[in-house]
Amino acid sequence: MELGPYLILGLLEGLVTAAVLSLMALGLSLVFGVMRVVNVAHGEFFMVGAVLAWWIASAVGGHPALGFIAALLLAPPLTAGLAMLADQLVLKRIGYDPERTIVATIGLLYVIQQVTLMTYGPDARPVEAPFNHRLSIPFVEWTESGLAMYWPWGLGTTSYKLAVIAAAVILLTAIWLLMTRTRYGLLMRATQLDRETAQAFAIPVGRVYASVFGLGAGLAALGGVLIVPIQQAHYLMGHDPLLLSFIVVIIGGLGSLPGTVVAALLIGVSDGMISVFFSPTLAKIIATLAVAFVLIFRPQGLFGKRAL
Amino acid sequence: MKKTVHDTSADPARNNKTGDSVIDAAKPSRRAAIKTLAATTALAAAASTMPLFGRYGQVQSSEPIKIGFQVHRTGIGAAYGRWYDRTTKAAVKKINDEGGINGRPVEIVAEDDGTDPKRGAEVVEKMATQHGCDIAFGTLFSHVVIGSAPRAGELKIPYFVVSEGHHVASGMLNRYTLQPGITDVKSQVQAMAPFVNSTLGKKVTMIYPDFAFGHDHRDYFSAAVEAQGGEVVAKIAIPPTESSFTKYFPKIPRNTDVIYHVMVGPAVLTFVKEMGEFFGNSRPEIFGFIDSLEAVDLASPGLEFLEGTYFWEGNPRYAQANQSDYDKAYRAAVGVDANGASLSDSKDVATYAHMFGCWETLHIVKAGMEASGYAGAGDRAKLIEAVESMTSMPHSFAHPQGAKEFNGKTHQTFGHQYITKVTNGKLMLAHTTSIEDTYYPDEVDYTTQSF
Amino acid sequence: MTEIQKSWALHLGVIALLFALQFILPAYHHGSLARVMVLTCYAMGYNILFGYTGLLSLGHALFFAAGMYGLSLSIQHLDWTAGPALLAGLATGFAVALVVGMLLLRTAGVAFMIVTLMFAQAGYLTVLYFGEWTRGDEGFVIQQELRRIAGFDLSDPTSRYFAALLMMAICIIITLRVVQTGFGRVLVAIRENEERTRMLGYDIQRHKLAAILLSGTMSAAAGAAYGLLFGYAGATFASVQYSIFPLLWVLLGGAGTVLGPFIGTLFMFYLIDLSSELTTAYMLIAGLVLVALTLFAPQGLVGELRRRTLRWLP
Repeated sequence: MELGPYLILGLLEGLVTAAVLSLMALGLSLVFGVMRVVNVAHGEFFMVGAVLAWWIASAVGGHPALGFIAALLLAPPLTAGLAMLADQLVLKRIGYDPERTIVATIGLLYVIQQVTLMTYGPDARPVEAPFNHRLSIPFVEWTESGLAMYWPWGLGTTSYKLAVIAAAVILLTAIWLLMTRTRYGLLMRATQLDRETAQAFAIPVGRVYASVFGLGAGLAALGGVLIVPIQQAHYLMGHDPLLLSFIVVIIGGLGSLPGTVVAALLIGVSDGMISVFFSPTLAKIIATLAVAFVLIFRPQGLFGKRAL
Repeated sequence: MKKTVHDTSADPARNNKTGDSVIDAAKPSRRAAIKTLAATTALAAAASTMPLFGRYGQVQSSEPIKIGFQVHRTGIGAAYGRWYDRTTKAAVKKINDEGGINGRPVEIVAEDDGTDPKRGAEVVEKMATQHGCDIAFGTLFSHVVIGSAPRAGELKIPYFVVSEGHHVASGMLNRYTLQPGITDVKSQVQAMAPFVNSTLGKKVTMIYPDFAFGHDHRDYFSAAVEAQGGEVVAKIAIPPTESSFTKYFPKIPRNTDVIYHVMVGPAVLTFVKEMGEFFGNSRPEIFGFIDSLEAVDLASPGLEFLEGTYFWEGNPRYAQANQSDYDKAYRAAVGVDANGASLSDSKDVATYAHMFGCWETLHIVKAGMEASGYAGAGDRAKLIEAVESMTSMPHSFAHPQGAKEFNGKTHQTFGHQYITKVTNGKLMLAHTTSIEDTYYPDEVDYTTQSF
Repeated sequence: MTEIQKSWALHLGVIALLFALQFILPAYHHGSLARVMVLTCYAMGYNILFGYTGLLSLGHALFFAAGMYGLSLSIQHLDWTAGPALLAGLATGFAVALVVGMLLLRTAGVAFMIVTLMFAQAGYLTVLYFGEWTRGDEGFVIQQELRRIAGFDLSDPTSRYFAALLMMAICIIITLRVVQTGFGRVLVAIRENEERTRMLGYDIQRHKLAAILLSGTMSAAAGAAYGLLFGYAGATFASVQYSIFPLLWVLLGGAGTVLGPFIGTLFMFYLIDLSSELTTAYMLIAGLVLVALTLFAPQGLVGELRRRTLRWLP
């Protein structure tokens, strides 16, 4: 494929990755920012969202869109509920101690994976997309008769992939409005800034924590539901997105919504584009090292103001 | 199965005793002593595995033969592990219904290896030294086999693997590790080259995972294709951590006649689907290893474009027009329907192309133990020699996948390979390779190694 | 008895106990304990950095794998014997720790965690990328006849146990010495309050780098020993999972205690091993136990012991 069309394809693929990644990383960033804990089980909430989507879609039946919409409406709140339960039963009782939270969430990760394996099984199962048309994309080339349009081999995407990108944009806007324009967002930001002072001003910090933990998990689950028609639900699928989300959160700067989105775009799109130029595994090595060096020379992230 | 393991370990006295005898056996002087004993009477040999309650004569000979089964219950191999487990249970049931081995019942001691080489080695140790298993048997993923085999060799427990890796015949492992039930990847791959070249096209683009398993495909297939006068025009290695694939497909050159794909892991269905979306309705010929869709329902949405493409299958998933009675009986015994799915759940698709290896391996173990008059751990070397001396294995209920030729020097079996074509959404047989197509020169002679 | 004497008595006692145990242990536990002791060295290396210096690394598998491949590749491709190869493993670990450490000094807190994670991931991918030599994920066997040092066949259970015990004893003694000297006290001071330590005039960067070097080399020694004693090297040992393990072991046993890593590794090994006999859902049990431990023994097993009774435990 010529370079031009190839780059467009890489860009489109990168945008889909970035869309899902930004939702998931935003969830992690909220938890990280407000509660100051690293939730190692965050990837499992992504997986639970995808697996629940499969259960719900299979139970609903009929037109694929029905099952998918049901999954989109039900899976994130159910996952959020699960996360809030975990918060109340475990995290709250260990006082959100950073180190203990890591061990506890590793334990949680084992539990969630094993329960999924026992109930859902080891297979990767697909959910049918509500709509999925292949769209060919034209490209221009310079011919003797001037600019002409042609349809390069293999250059295309699907309507569903475009819908995922659109959905992510809408959802991110909604979260941004929630954070900046509502009372709940205010409580959240106050708690993030200074927990003690927030408590002194009678903000129910405990309830804010529980809801933030739930919201974070819900966002991850939402990402899982959106991705499951493209990829499949599998009980180990949470692992790699978790790593990527960590990177995005740190590169973007802690608790910064725009930073998270820009970092997700950067990581997602570069993941799509870099494979154009390098052999794939080498590309992954370079990308990984690039992230490391960004942090070494700009430890506050690309967009964060505060040192970590 | 689970229960048995529990019972054994719940009895500390018994546990200790078994353990002690094996640690003794591991020390040369003691082992020599035990060998002498074994030579004197079969009774003593049996006693060296089960010294605990001093059982004699008849009672002793009805002690079960314990087969340690290393199984992928968790980790990326879990889908394979579940079907390896079912096939193994079915084979053991059949063997026991037919009177067991040397009149003794067979008992499986199964434990999860987590699809991890470290845990795999620990499980083999546990089978040899704690559960007092006669042999160890299992597993699919190469890294688990390679990680476990050194321990099997050191503990001198026969280790029968069903992994299809070339690691056994390459000479990397040891005399205690054998692969008599499934053809290895080197054979599989080179046997495909004549068909791909003559039927599908000369210019091949290969897409494979960027790790050892994929590199084996790359190297053996490239060599075989060039020997046939074909050409590999591009080699596209996909990083193992990848979950989206479209961005790699533009690397496929336009002059490609045929795509050769093989992928493993949970993202295989995404890979195949995205390949379909990439090509739209102008695809080249496509030839894939069924590993790319093992345990995946061919009726999954997005796979329609595979109609008319070809697959390698170790054993055809769909019952064919010329289905043998053996395959029919084997399917029934394992609980697989004519479409290669579980009898109880048509969505639960078997790893049919690989799991026959468990069935056949257990029958080879039975044949080997009966030929060597195996009575206990003291006869392990005799068991291996008996298996090494095997050659032809005719197509039978014990070998439902087809006839095989076993090479005792390389510890590797060779068998027919199947190429199927997707026809009306089912994989229908298009070509069967000869056993000779899978031959390559020996790379090792394990029989020269001492026990 | 002074506290220092008490702690020497305790730790030498533990080593002596482990020495004596090999005569009575059944074969399986004998072999498992050898494995646990090798992995304990990995955890102890991790503990130097995390437990004493307060630097949380998520990428220690890089050092473990550096040791493992330094040893195994020089045996496999350079035809070195086991002795020099073991030194090659240590040297590789040291070199990697030096380069990574210099870069890591520029980071702190969460950035430190992520940078270590990224370096380890890059290391893992590098092992795969050079599959021609490493055989990637599949790995390769280090042949039994090559695993000999000074006439000892390290694939023999007795020599293996001795070798593992010897190495763990060395790590215990090094850690004890570190804890008792000024160097170790500065590390703890950095953990407790980096600013104040700096103001007291200590060179923070130099101490941190030394801690990274010690920690990385110890982890590499464990990796090299693992390859040598168990005969296998593979990319799995460079994966993220193996970076998480030492963190888990150390937190379970008690961060910042000398014996914590051993207790944690031992506990986790038998937790998985025993529960996997009882049920196929052993991960579930392991997960619940981890959660329970954070709830009821937040400082880890040895840490809890120190908090409740033995306050002098190092």
